[in-house]
Amino acid sequence: MSAPAGRGLEIRGLTRRFGGLVAVSRFDLTVAPGEIVGLIGPNGAGKTTVFHLVAGYHAPNEGSIHFDGTSLVGLKPHAICRLGLARTFQLVQPFAGLTTLENVMVGAFNRAREVGEARRRAAEIVDFVGLGPRRDVPARHLTLPDRKRLEVARGLATDPRLLLLDEVMSGLNPTEIEAIIGLIRRIHARGVSLLIIEHVMRAILALSHRLVVLHHGEKIADGPPARVARDPLVVEAYLGETSEAAAR
Amino acid sequence: MSLLALRAVDVAYGDLSALTAVDLVIEPGEILSVVGANGAGKTTMLRAISGLLRPRAGEILLDGARLDRLPTHAVVEHGVVQVPEGRKIFPSLTVLENLELGSYTRAARPHRRESLERVLALFPILAERRGQAAGTMSGGQQQMLAIGRALMARPRLLMLDEPSLGLAPKIVQEIFRIIGEINRAGTTVLLVEQNTRQALTLAGRGYVLENGRVVLTGAGRDLLDNEHVQRAYLGM
Repeated sequence: MSAPAGRGLEIRGLTRRFGGLVAVSRFDLTVAPGEIVGLIGPNGAGKTTVFHLVAGYHAPNEGSIHFDGTSLVGLKPHAICRLGLARTFQLVQPFAGLTTLENVMVGAFNRAREVGEARRRAAEIVDFVGLGPRRDVPARHLTLPDRKRLEVARGLATDPRLLLLDEVMSGLNPTEIEAIIGLIRRIHARGVSLLIIEHVMRAILALSHRLVVLHHGEKIADGPPARVARDPLVVEAYLGETSEAAAR
Repeated sequence: MSLLALRAVDVAYGDLSALTAVDLVIEPGEILSVVGANGAGKTTMLRAISGLLRPRAGEILLDGARLDRLPTHAVVEHGVVQVPEGRKIFPSLTVLENLELGSYTRAARPHRRESLERVLALFPILAERRGQAAGTMSGGQQQMLAIGRALMARPRLLMLDEPSLGLAPKIVQEIFRIIGEINRAGTTVLLVEQNTRQALTLAGRGYVLENGRVVLTGAGRDLLDNEHVQRAYLGM
C-alpha cells in the first residue's frame, strides 16, 4: 500500500443544488497526503452530499475536485475508485448472502486481475480489520459492529490512498467506538489519508488532524480540532451547551 | 403495582436464543434505561413487549394482566407505544398526516386535537413544517416526528429505541431534554440506547443486558460508577 507522493484531495468552490435547495455552497476543502480530516455539521448540513460529489455519485453544478492533480468531475464512481479514492456508506449494505471474505473480494477486484489474487488481498484485509474469525460467515449473520468493520474492509480492499468514512461509528456504544478508533489509526499507519464524517465528538477529536464544519452547505470553520470545538459559531450550530459535554 | 413486568422471558429466533430468563419491572412514572452491546437483545426486548415477537417462555404483564398474548395493535391500544430505531416515519406523508396516524387507536382518536396541540407545543419545528413531506426533513426533525407520532397515541409507557442514532450532538441534547420533559408530564419511559452515558444520566434506574441476560441493575448513577459498565460500555 505504498502511496506515491501526491497532492491529495483539493476541492474548490464546490456547489450543488437540488431544485431550489443549495445543498453545498462554494465549498473549499483539502486533504493532504497522510492527513486525517474530520467533517462535522448538523444533520442535513450537506456532509454526505460532499462525499457523493467527490466519489462521483452526483455531478457538481460548480467548482472543481482534484485528486493528486487529476480532475474527478465527470468521472464515474468506479473510475474514481481506481484512482485510489474509496468511500464507505452510512447505511451498511453488504451482499447478505455472501461471506465476509467474498464481500471484501468484491472490493479487491478493483485492482486484482484474477480470483486467486482477489482472495489473497481480501484475506489480508479481513484479518487486518479483525474479522478473521468471521471470514466464512454470511454477512447477514454479522452483528452491527462487525458489519461496520466489513464496510471499512470493502473500501480498504480497493487499495485507496484516500478513504472517505461516512459515520462508521453510528449505532455503536463507547467501547465499540474505541475499537473502531484503533482500527482507523492502524489504517492511517498503512499510509492511507482519511476524510471522516462522524457525530461522535470524542472520536473525531481524538483522530482528526484538522476539523472542518459544514452548516447549511457552507463551511463555517476549518482548523485544529481543539480550536474548532471552542469556536462559538460551531458550538451554536452543532455542539450545543458546552463542547466538553459533547466530547465525552 | 408495577406498570410493566417481564417474568422469566425467553425469546428466540429459530434456534438462536435472544433473551434468556429476563426479569424486569418498570414502575409508574419512572425513566428506565436498558443498555448493552449491539446484539445483546435490547431491541428484541422492546419488540417482545410490543407484541412483534412472541416469548417462548415467561410472561409480560401490564398492570398485572397478560400482555404477551395480544397482537401489536391491541398492545398500542393499552397505551404501550414504541418509537422504532431508525424512526420509520412515513416519508411521503406530511408531518401532520404522520401525527394523525399516531392517534388512530380507539382510545386516542377522541383526543386527537388536544394531543396534537400538546405535540406541536413540545416540538415547535413540527408545527412549522406541518405541511411538508416528512421524508424531506433532517434526521433530527424526523426523530422528533417519530416521538410526536408515538405521543399522539397517548402512551402510558413510551418505549424509545436509540433515539440519538445518527444525530448531531446538539440535537441529541435536545432529544434527551425533551424525553425528560415528556416524563415529567406523567409518561413512563423505557429507553434503549447506545449513548450509555446520557441514557444512564437521564434514567432513574438502569438495566444492563449481555447476551440476552440481565447482568446488572441499579440506579442510573450507580451504574455509571460501576467498573464493569465503565469498561464495557463507556470506553473508559
